[in-house]
Amino acid sequence: MATVTTTSSQTAGVTARSRRKAGRQRTTLAQKSGWGTANFVVVALALIPVLWLVSLSFKTPTAVLDPSFIPKSWTWSNYTQILKTSQFIRPLINSIGIGLISTVIAVTLASMAAYAVARLRFPGKGLLIGMSLLIAMFPAIALVTPLFSIERAIGLFNTWPGLIIPYVAFGLPLGIYTLSAFFREIPWELEKAAKVDGATPLQAFMKVIAPLAAPGMVTTAILVFLFCWNEFLFAISFTSTISARTAPASIAYFAGTSQFTVPTGPIAAASVVITIPIIIFVVLFQRRIVAGLTSGAVKG
Amino acid sequence: MSLSAQVTAGSQATEQTSGKRKAPLSEGARAERRLGWMLCAPAVIVMVAVTAYPVGYAIYLSLLRYNLELPNAIKFIGLSNYAAVLSSPFWWQALEVTVVITVISVAITLVLGMLLAMLMHRTLFGRNTVRTTALIPYGIVTVAAAYGWQYAWTPSQGYLSAAFGNSAPLTHQVTSIAVIILAEVWKTTPFMALLLLAGLSLVPEDLQKAAKVDGATGWQRFTRITLPLMKPAILVALLFRTLDSFRIFDNIFILTAGANNTGSVSILGYYNLFNALNLGIGSAISILIFICVAIIAFAFIKGFGTAAPGTDIGKR
Repeated sequence: MATVTTTSSQTAGVTARSRRKAGRQRTTLAQKSGWGTANFVVVALALIPVLWLVSLSFKTPTAVLDPSFIPKSWTWSNYTQILKTSQFIRPLINSIGIGLISTVIAVTLASMAAYAVARLRFPGKGLLIGMSLLIAMFPAIALVTPLFSIERAIGLFNTWPGLIIPYVAFGLPLGIYTLSAFFREIPWELEKAAKVDGATPLQAFMKVIAPLAAPGMVTTAILVFLFCWNEFLFAISFTSTISARTAPASIAYFAGTSQFTVPTGPIAAASVVITIPIIIFVVLFQRRIVAGLTSGAVKG
Repeated sequence: MSLSAQVTAGSQATEQTSGKRKAPLSEGARAERRLGWMLCAPAVIVMVAVTAYPVGYAIYLSLLRYNLELPNAIKFIGLSNYAAVLSSPFWWQALEVTVVITVISVAITLVLGMLLAMLMHRTLFGRNTVRTTALIPYGIVTVAAAYGWQYAWTPSQGYLSAAFGNSAPLTHQVTSIAVIILAEVWKTTPFMALLLLAGLSLVPEDLQKAAKVDGATGWQRFTRITLPLMKPAILVALLFRTLDSFRIFDNIFILTAGANNTGSVSILGYYNLFNALNLGIGSAISILIFICVAIIAFAFIKGFGTAAPGTDIGKR
């Protein structure tokens, strides 16, 4: 089914485009329906797998063994089950805590570096950019073995800092990259103008520059938080109990009552719970996320 | 950490010598340099401490016989771990799977991403709706999405399995890889589309109009104007996606856990560490993956002339 719909989306996109090009001047009904179909296909393809998870999360344990897309009988029991146990609540708290702390540290350090990259002249700037790029493309698995060994040796294994430190390191390239693109767009002359008008340097920064820099920093913070929220390999490698394990990692350790019962419902419910913040972010900050993701590429 | 210190020290030395012999730097310029280094230092220290140092340590570990179950048998054995990995069919099998998944998923993602980018660029209405919903696969936790795909393809449980005659694709190698590619494509097409959209918005509208006046068809305009102008954006997007796909882990871990020969090199490295507890072999695999990634990046930058993104920042 998926392949079939994909192909139809392709053809829909192509025909819609050619139709549009054929008559750019007037918007015909055919064009409108062409674009409408293409839009609809994209929205459907993006949402169906998510809605399937939602459906699973509301199915009763017996109804899980029923492939229908819409549950025949609905239940909240999967949610109450996972929200009652520390096996999911504690990792959820870890995820939020580790994500927020990593984001604050990464955005702070990245802002400093990005300010220097965008505003100051100093040798070694190219090296910094090159290094960030290298880390952004780094295969995380190549770090798992050595970091596992180092963290065990210095007592960071299975602790919050044990995940925060690598998350900051991998959030930094993203942050430096996005923020330096944003910072270059800020009209810094305004700062001078404010000083000429009698503002102190602190006032000039707080009243003029900070409000202009804030949107870029919010965007960067969202992108870094999404990365931390999503991360899985480090989360399962550097933790051994729920004291530091994050939510995505904990879901992989949900156990059924026996080897033969997979806790499908609770896993689906937990997956939906960790997807909700993402949907909120995406709906509220769509423009910013798009701007943040494309900022680096546009300048390239 | 030591690297950054060396670099800073080295640059300071050159600054001093050049300051004496050539046009002396003004006090302001020196202060600017110092401020620049100071502002970058914390970021550089963290990045070096978490990546460069462990990579060095991994090179050292890869030369040892080091099994966590036999802590007393640690011994320097030179390149034997590499020989063991490179002569093992598991490594080549995993590399083959990784390359197949990378090539196919990146190719499909490029085509679909281009179509999605054009839709986002040109659609007459609902632009924000399309962009917002397209961001959901990008943002969703890979593990959560992977469980969705796994259950969807589980016989007598999933809607996709039911739609394909109660099939069980996750029990065979080829079909499993197809499902893994499907999950990858669904997740990463929006990111590809956004990178391409950035390039698409740089194609001047006038050029399109002029070509149209000259009688170029839509396809001709696409292949002769849009594609060549977008080449830098396409290459950067391909580089990012290829390297990202090469380190695929989450989707495979959830969907098959590497069963039926569907493990990628990252899965192989993970199991070597946590099931075999072999730090020496695990480190050798890590270094080999690192070398593969370096080769891919080098091929893109030298072979295709991909402008390394960010190089423009360096020039400023």
